[in-house]
Amino acid sequence: MQVNFELNGKAVAVDVEPRMHLADCLRDELRQTGTHLGCEHGVCGACTVIIDGAAVRSCLMLAVQAEGSSVVTLEGLSTEEALTPLQTAFRKHHALQCGFCTPGMLTTAHALLTDEPDADADRIRSVLSGNLCRCTGYIPIVDAVLEARAAYRKTDKP
Amino acid sequence: MIGTNRYIGSPVERIEDLRFLRGRGEFVGDLQREGMLHAAILRSPIAHGRIRGLDSGPARHITGVRAVITAAEIGAVPSIPLRLLPLPGTERFLQPVIAADRVRYVGEPIAVVLADSAAVAEDGVGAIILDLEELPPVPDRRASGRHEILLFEESGTNLGMTFTGVLGDTEAAFRDAPYVRRECFEVQRHTALPMEPRGVLAEWNGAQGRMTVLGAAKVPFFNRDTLAAMLGLGPASVDLIENDVGGGFGARGEFYPEDFLIPFAARHVGRPVRWLEDRREHLTAMNHARQADCEVEIACRRDGTILGMRGEIFVDLGAYIRTNGLIQPRTLAQCFSGPYRVPNVHMLVRALLTNKTPSGTYRGPGRYEASFFCERLIELAAGDLGIDSAEMRRRNLIGAAEMPYKLARLEPGGAAVDTECDSGDYGEALERCLTEFGWEEKRKLQGRLIDGRYHGIAVACFIEGAGAGPKETARLELEPDGSVAVYVGSTAVGQGLETVMAQVAADTLGMPIDLVRVFHGSTPYLNEGYGAFASRSTVLGGSAVYEGAQSLLEKIRAAAVARLGGQPDDIELVDCRARTSDGRSLSFADLARDGLRVEATFANNNKLTYTYGSTAAHVAVDLGTGHVELLDFLVVEDVGRIVNPLTLHGQAIGGVVQGLGGAFMENLVYDGNGQLLTGTLADYLIPTASDFPKIRAIALENHPSPSNPLGVKGAGEGPIIPVGGLMANAVANALASFGAMPNQLPLSPARVWRMGREAHLSETPTDIAP
Repeated sequence: MQVNFELNGKAVAVDVEPRMHLADCLRDELRQTGTHLGCEHGVCGACTVIIDGAAVRSCLMLAVQAEGSSVVTLEGLSTEEALTPLQTAFRKHHALQCGFCTPGMLTTAHALLTDEPDADADRIRSVLSGNLCRCTGYIPIVDAVLEARAAYRKTDKP
Repeated sequence: MIGTNRYIGSPVERIEDLRFLRGRGEFVGDLQREGMLHAAILRSPIAHGRIRGLDSGPARHITGVRAVITAAEIGAVPSIPLRLLPLPGTERFLQPVIAADRVRYVGEPIAVVLADSAAVAEDGVGAIILDLEELPPVPDRRASGRHEILLFEESGTNLGMTFTGVLGDTEAAFRDAPYVRRECFEVQRHTALPMEPRGVLAEWNGAQGRMTVLGAAKVPFFNRDTLAAMLGLGPASVDLIENDVGGGFGARGEFYPEDFLIPFAARHVGRPVRWLEDRREHLTAMNHARQADCEVEIACRRDGTILGMRGEIFVDLGAYIRTNGLIQPRTLAQCFSGPYRVPNVHMLVRALLTNKTPSGTYRGPGRYEASFFCERLIELAAGDLGIDSAEMRRRNLIGAAEMPYKLARLEPGGAAVDTECDSGDYGEALERCLTEFGWEEKRKLQGRLIDGRYHGIAVACFIEGAGAGPKETARLELEPDGSVAVYVGSTAVGQGLETVMAQVAADTLGMPIDLVRVFHGSTPYLNEGYGAFASRSTVLGGSAVYEGAQSLLEKIRAAAVARLGGQPDDIELVDCRARTSDGRSLSFADLARDGLRVEATFANNNKLTYTYGSTAAHVAVDLGTGHVELLDFLVVEDVGRIVNPLTLHGQAIGGVVQGLGGAFMENLVYDGNGQLLTGTLADYLIPTASDFPKIRAIALENHPSPSNPLGVKGAGEGPIIPVGGLMANAVANALASFGAMPNQLPLSPARVWRMGREAHLSETPTDIAP
């Protein structure tokens, strides 16, 4: 069946089987392979994408449920040119090694800081505790997210 | 030693990050091929049994299923050879790539279904009718050691291999010792769990008779040769291609059954075939690790001087001996005493077969377990003798003047019969650790009950034998644009190999790092390569790149002489130009037209490097919940020479947190029928961002390794090694007032809670927490 949604700002229409989950649709049908699959049972968080502003596990959602939604993947958070402030902070703090969990870390952190640019370390740890990383021990990831907060704060704050 | 040193020693931000951070990494699961079929694997649902029948008809009738491959289609089923320690007798216990008539663990491959999509392939797996006759399983090493039920009847035994580590004369040492203590300890089965499950994409070119396999990792050259032999092809007809790899930690990249089955399937159907492991199958298919228990003794003088250690250790190997399955028992026998001067050692290790997933290496294989056993023994002895934990270790560390220091001799050993600590001042790292940690201040809290929690501190020391031989290869080519392409036989498993190799090449060549491009791992790049294991890439690969870069400079110099005249000594190579003393010059790009390329090999004569260090930790134990909070953790290690402090620090912190997972949470639990009870990430718990926020790591480079031109020591595995023993001792010290004995890992909340409860019931101390 056909499903229509917005992917990284562009309208897409794709034919999927009803049982196909959104992550497979993004990766195999739409070739957006920045979204990774680490467990396919909703624990590891590598497949996290942002749907209508919320961080969502794309392995726990059917593609057809995305109908009419706005879906943002790591590709949509990236530019050809410079790294974003969040990506720059990840690089500076060595917040990634193998890079496999990184898409989920970045999408989760982006969704968090968009809503809560003043999140403290405990809050960041709490939110990121839903994303597994086996390489870094998380400390540099938390440091990177803390540093990136400044870029998410509105400059026109009273 | 090296040209400019602009990069070596600097926290160079990683080259790899630029693609990973934008979602442009290329992992095997990201790849597709025209006409590609998807594979799913039927695995044994029982631990031990005979295959009486298999009807693949219902699967073949599903629309979209293209083929079902079983042992019958393969014919002569090959077994997977040992990559390391292929000792006589082991051939009896090798794993066939597919079960023909017997299954020996839950998860063993029985059939491969090929279909138009992964989902349909899984439908096909579900439709196969499998008729199994259940046999009584061997669920643990104790049942295995009775040899009543055998995994391989024709061998007459479940004993996979025996190793002995021997130094001095333990009989005499223990006979005369004024203090002896004997204890039993146990480390649970756990696993490396890289975040990317495995995957294989195989393409068969029938016209050329050529097999290409994507998704290779760790040791592609050994695996290329192994696969070629199994397929009846020459090694030159098989290419293994390394893509981005989502973590290794010892487990990924060894030759597994799927590394034959998927290429075989591709040739069988004449189409590309891709298989991507799911997490549930990963937990029964990929190597398990660590499971060992022991009964060991320590002998000391009254002043704490260790006179000897001896005992018996049992390793639960699982159902087969896999490619590197003997490294753990080998290391337990040879390296039990760690960084301590123990003049008399006798450790007998029995590696036994059980009906569980086969085991292999996981970061610090055998060393994590040995350190837990050894550090617990030393801590108990220190307590009995009334000696401070730090002082006990200070008195027994191998001294700087004793280097090189020979460890226990291994039997049977082959090439690894002897190993020796290469260099360093172990006491120096200990003192630095104690000072930075604040040992004297924190020890005042030892065992105290504060706000309902018991506080404990501990210290542990470690060595990391790394940089295993025999050698590594590299090729460097000067490109027409003046850049240098570096091809190296080392492999990337997420550790930052491209950046580290580029740092070494750029400094040696005196070039900007962005003019160096690093290619690694894939077999078409080089004639031979050895890969990434035993923390060897920077040591051997880095040294090969260094020597290759030196040779390339000489070639550039000779080419400049040929063009500009004069003597080689008159040519100065600086800023990517060759200059004569009278001011004429040519750029490297100009000289590249002469086709300048070099090949280099670095061999280390099987001499390991030994990174070493000390760790200290402070915990608070809540006996109401069994929770242990890590309040402070410090590791100080000397790695000989630091190439990239950023990536080195990442190895230390990441390793420690993995070790904490093993100490507190990770546990592959089997029931008495050999069924895995922890087959999802909701059951198999690994650390998360909120578990261990306070970890510090300090790296020193005071004592370079004498075994390689860079002076580096392998540093990927050190800080994980002492974590189990350190945590157990910290908890033991916190609960010392009730004589708690945390002699088994993991220190799960339930186990810690029980320790408090048992103490409460037996002694009812008045100040115990509820």
